[in-house]
Amino acid sequence: MRRYVLSRVAQAFATLWLLSAVGFGLARLTGDPLDVLLDARATEEDRAATAQVLGLDRPLGVQYAIFLRNAARGDFGNSFKTRRPAISTVMERLPWTLELGTASFVLSLLVAVPIGVVTAVKRGTAIDVVGKVIALLGQSLPTFWLGLMLILLFAVTLGWFPAGGTGSLAHLVLPAITLGWFTVAGIMRLVRSAMLDTLGEEYVTAARAKGLAEPGVVWKHALRNAVIPPLTYAGLVFVALLAGAVVTETVFAWPGVGQLVIESIAFRDFPVIQIIFLLFGVMYIAMSLVVDLLYAWADPRIRLAETGARPR
Amino acid sequence: MSIRASVGASIAAPDAPAARPGAPPLAAAGRPLSELIERLRRRKALIAPLLVLVTFVVVGLLAPYLAPLSPTATDLGLKLTPPAWLAGGIVERPLGTDQLGRDIGSRMIHGARLSLMTSLIGIVLSGVLGTALGLLAGYYGRWVDALIMRIADMTLAIHLYILAIVLAVVWGPGLRNVLLVTVFLLWSRYARQARAEVLSLKEREFVIAARALGVSSGRIMARHLLPNLMASLIVLSTLQVGFVIVLEATLSFLGAGISPPNPSWGVMVADGRALIASAWWVSTFPGLAMLLVVLSVNLVGDAIRDLLDPRLRRL
Repeated sequence: MRRYVLSRVAQAFATLWLLSAVGFGLARLTGDPLDVLLDARATEEDRAATAQVLGLDRPLGVQYAIFLRNAARGDFGNSFKTRRPAISTVMERLPWTLELGTASFVLSLLVAVPIGVVTAVKRGTAIDVVGKVIALLGQSLPTFWLGLMLILLFAVTLGWFPAGGTGSLAHLVLPAITLGWFTVAGIMRLVRSAMLDTLGEEYVTAARAKGLAEPGVVWKHALRNAVIPPLTYAGLVFVALLAGAVVTETVFAWPGVGQLVIESIAFRDFPVIQIIFLLFGVMYIAMSLVVDLLYAWADPRIRLAETGARPR
Repeated sequence: MSIRASVGASIAAPDAPAARPGAPPLAAAGRPLSELIERLRRRKALIAPLLVLVTFVVVGLLAPYLAPLSPTATDLGLKLTPPAWLAGGIVERPLGTDQLGRDIGSRMIHGARLSLMTSLIGIVLSGVLGTALGLLAGYYGRWVDALIMRIADMTLAIHLYILAIVLAVVWGPGLRNVLLVTVFLLWSRYARQARAEVLSLKEREFVIAARALGVSSGRIMARHLLPNLMASLIVLSTLQVGFVIVLEATLSFLGAGISPPNPSWGVMVADGRALIASAWWVSTFPGLAMLLVVLSVNLVGDAIRDLLDPRLRRL
């Protein structure tokens, strides 16, 4: 186990290092920030001076080395736009995305888990079919269009919720539904298949045999064991939700990290682009590391197999 | 959707690499296509989605002949005409017009062509690249495997929208950008699937026998392994069609995909975004078409998966 953990952690750091290079490169692909920062009247001297202040006069390799060295110390440089530490620019917007992501996640769990359980228990009946359609609908609805339709129905026509912006809990409702909808389908399928496995277990039969009422068997004995596989993926689903928030934030003018990244790309604000790119990379790598380690801990075959397939 | 979608796919398949050593060959490998179609037809619930798909493909192929009007011709005198059945609507513009007076129905018909083209090309490109790399990884193992699969893992950690928007800034938005992002996102799904199956197939007698006879590695992969992968790769592909259609529309909506005035469904929804309160039809109809097509393709894809190989039902 120890060897497996060490090798997976080493792999995670290697991936992170590669990602840092990709993020560094992508930021620089957006173009020359001097064109945005300086106006047309700027002289060659102005350009050279600004480039020097921003550290853009150095060769790319040197720039990358400096970026890595500073990043290792937690210093990601100043935003070209605000001239303040880029990390604080991102941290100001992150809570908005976290708020939206958390609300969507909780909402989708509240909907998906009960549907997953019921469709497993009523397998093959009309209820199961309805559940299947809900799952397919979730994966077929384009997020941005769903958001617009919710605005049309609940903001424009009924006037129940605001169509965009922030300020109250009511502002959160439509974006949270929009973002969470897609996730419902995935979680529901996971819970359903885990429940189907669990319901066939002997301890479930034993619980029934000793005369427990069926709801107790299903919701207590079976569900408690069935939620373990979906739970291990919860972290990954959450990271994916946050990354996908770009679209929802655009539709609802939600001031989160997704909007910030679009603004930063337009402004060629390298430090901010790099941080956001790395932030999502780190979250994803950390969560998949957790999933892998949990699975290895639960299943010795995974940690022993030299070339074994990853558990997903 | 991006990373979200890829996780969506992977969370739907926690234990998907189902190919076990000694498992029987995929049931569908030698089954004629006509029998598959016959069995799909016998499922009553599939009649509607199959009809939608056939319509989608026919409309996509024949768009220039079917669309009554040009998808880009503007007519400011008729701008924001409502659908024909509403007050102010006219029969010549059955689904209404947008802010430039373009016919929404004609634009949607051409949009179907774009969706069809993007999903077919995107899936073929990703399938060829991913399958080839998956074959290599599974067959050669060791560092080849480690290298290819680590890269596959890393692609999932990349924020898709940052990548897509930056690429759109560099090369300009358009079909090429959509295809690049699609291949970037999808190849690893094919690679994982192909690799997992090759790992078990390469231990089977027919492969060992071929190797003993001196058949070259390239030939073993192309002639002995690849045909055995086809069934599951086809299933995997049918499950990606809807995903690619939504991805193209989403990228176009964000301005990183097909660019206006081209009639992508995503562009059309974006056109109507600011008008949602006054001219709801501009965004609603193209989205509705997308929903119908994607839902149908997912329903049919699920059914094909069940019919071809029930063991893949969690794919």
